[in-house]
Amino acid sequence: MSVQQSSDALTQVVATRNQERHGLIVNIFRQPFTWLIAFAGVVFAVLPVWGDNVQLRESLLLAAVYVTLASNLNIILGYAGYVNFGNIVFFGLGGYVCIYLVSEWQWPLAAAALIAGVSVSLLALLFGLGILRLRGAFFALATIGVNEAIKAFVSNFEPWGGAAGIYLSLDVYEPLGGPGQALWIVYFLIVAAMTVSLFLSYAIKSSKFGLGLLAIGENEDAAAVLGINTPRYKALAYSISAFLPAIVGGLYFFKTGIIEPGGAFDLTRSIEAIVMVMLGGIGSVTGAAVGAFLYEELRGVLLTTEAFSHFQLVIAGLLLLGIVLFAPGGLMGFVYRRWPRTRRLLQ
Amino acid sequence: MTALLEVTNINKRFGGVHAVHNLSLTVADGEILGLIGPNGAGKSTVFNVINGVYPPDQGRVVFKGQDITGEAPYRIARRGVARAHQIVQPLASMTVLENCTVGACFGQANLPLGRARAVVHEAAEIVGLTDRLDHLAGQLTTAGKKRLELARALSARPELLLLDEVLAGLNPTEIERMIVVIRRIRDRGIAILMIEHVMHAIMSLSDRVVVLNLGSKLAEGTPQAVTRNPDVITAYLGEAEPTAASEAI
Repeated sequence: MSVQQSSDALTQVVATRNQERHGLIVNIFRQPFTWLIAFAGVVFAVLPVWGDNVQLRESLLLAAVYVTLASNLNIILGYAGYVNFGNIVFFGLGGYVCIYLVSEWQWPLAAAALIAGVSVSLLALLFGLGILRLRGAFFALATIGVNEAIKAFVSNFEPWGGAAGIYLSLDVYEPLGGPGQALWIVYFLIVAAMTVSLFLSYAIKSSKFGLGLLAIGENEDAAAVLGINTPRYKALAYSISAFLPAIVGGLYFFKTGIIEPGGAFDLTRSIEAIVMVMLGGIGSVTGAAVGAFLYEELRGVLLTTEAFSHFQLVIAGLLLLGIVLFAPGGLMGFVYRRWPRTRRLLQ
Repeated sequence: MTALLEVTNINKRFGGVHAVHNLSLTVADGEILGLIGPNGAGKSTVFNVINGVYPPDQGRVVFKGQDITGEAPYRIARRGVARAHQIVQPLASMTVLENCTVGACFGQANLPLGRARAVVHEAAEIVGLTDRLDHLAGQLTTAGKKRLELARALSARPELLLLDEVLAGLNPTEIERMIVVIRRIRDRGIAILMIEHVMHAIMSLSDRVVVLNLGSKLAEGTPQAVTRNPDVITAYLGEAEPTAASEAI
């Protein structure tokens, strides 16, 4: 696939050392899939602006949040094959760091969100080096443990408001031109984070790092014997997959104006993110995005339909069961098999 | 010839089982050393100790003059030891090309993605997989998977190749082809340590043979000398007429 394409192009060029090092990135920019990602981002950004549709904006905002969560989960789940059940901890912790910086230290939103991303990523690296020694079900349990432990810690951490959480005063929206305009700015930032997530997923998949992760996902012992530094690769993947969810968590809770432990570290959302990746197609960049979007839309319908509003999780569970049993490749798995050429275009 | 790999007095126990007992062996540059012995003699454990899957309880493993005892498998791979597994370990839902690219990018060659292709093609050419580069590894035949193991190991451009029963499960024609392939690899200056049960193959390929029995070295020498060794014959066949036994081996 991309490995082959990139090497194709490169062997044709009498590459200098410099070109070799950067050749892959340059190549990515030439791929249609990159433009498809950019196009999706632009569509998300433009659609609600057209006609000032606030309702559509809110719906797309949630979709963009989930696409970000699913895409980043896909890096560790889809590429490296590690089921991160506690993936929501990045989102929640990022939210807390960002909201705390904004409300207590009066930091500008962008800086606070960025620091949230960096700090949560570093923390994930630390945790990752520890819990990624575990495999399979043990790793999955440990990730739930991390989420619950941090939730319990935050619930008792007074500077962050303990169990009551942090409420933002309306003043924090003033630097962004008031609440109305702030919501638009937050929306665009989240769409940007989503677009970067997709691009990051794609860039990793087309890189040597990604090849290493995929090999680990296939057979970790064989990967180690082939020379892959598996502990480092896994920890890096885990850490990278924390960065954008943490940023989006910060932006999201800035938008809602309140953050409390129950909402920030909601395990249900973790499981939903896994359903999204499985639904769209595990390991596929397009799959994670499409799965997240479809699931989010489906959930919207279910929640607003009287008869189903309490069964949303039942549906999610049945969906997951159905995928695992009958279509382990998810939606994109089906598409790739039916139309093999799409493998190249839709990574 | 200088020693590429020196294994000195290694011991490995699993609970009460003394899998490898005070074993020493050396592999010289460009040499093919055969490692034979009855099932359960500890041959694969020796490989696992050499390439770092298990650290030895005692003893040292020295590769290119450097002590690599107990290092992680990925480090040892980087140093130039590649392995083809007895139980094939294909990265099943990746193509043959991608499998070999992993070897080229992470083994001793440590190439950037863009430069892996030429190396992979060369390796595929040697083992005869060129026409199947785009096939999924999981869909290859047994013989194909064995070749893939070899091609992937070769893609790393190793100095020492550990071959663990690459001929097992192949039919006579495939074995003949594989023997040619292994000779070709040696002609490129790569030293080979091979475990094999197919005796005519190991006898015709090896420069020297080490015989293991119950974790200890039973005999060492040229293939001809080893097959005439009465201890070896006893280990394989029990007490028997020496002439009849060497025929059977």
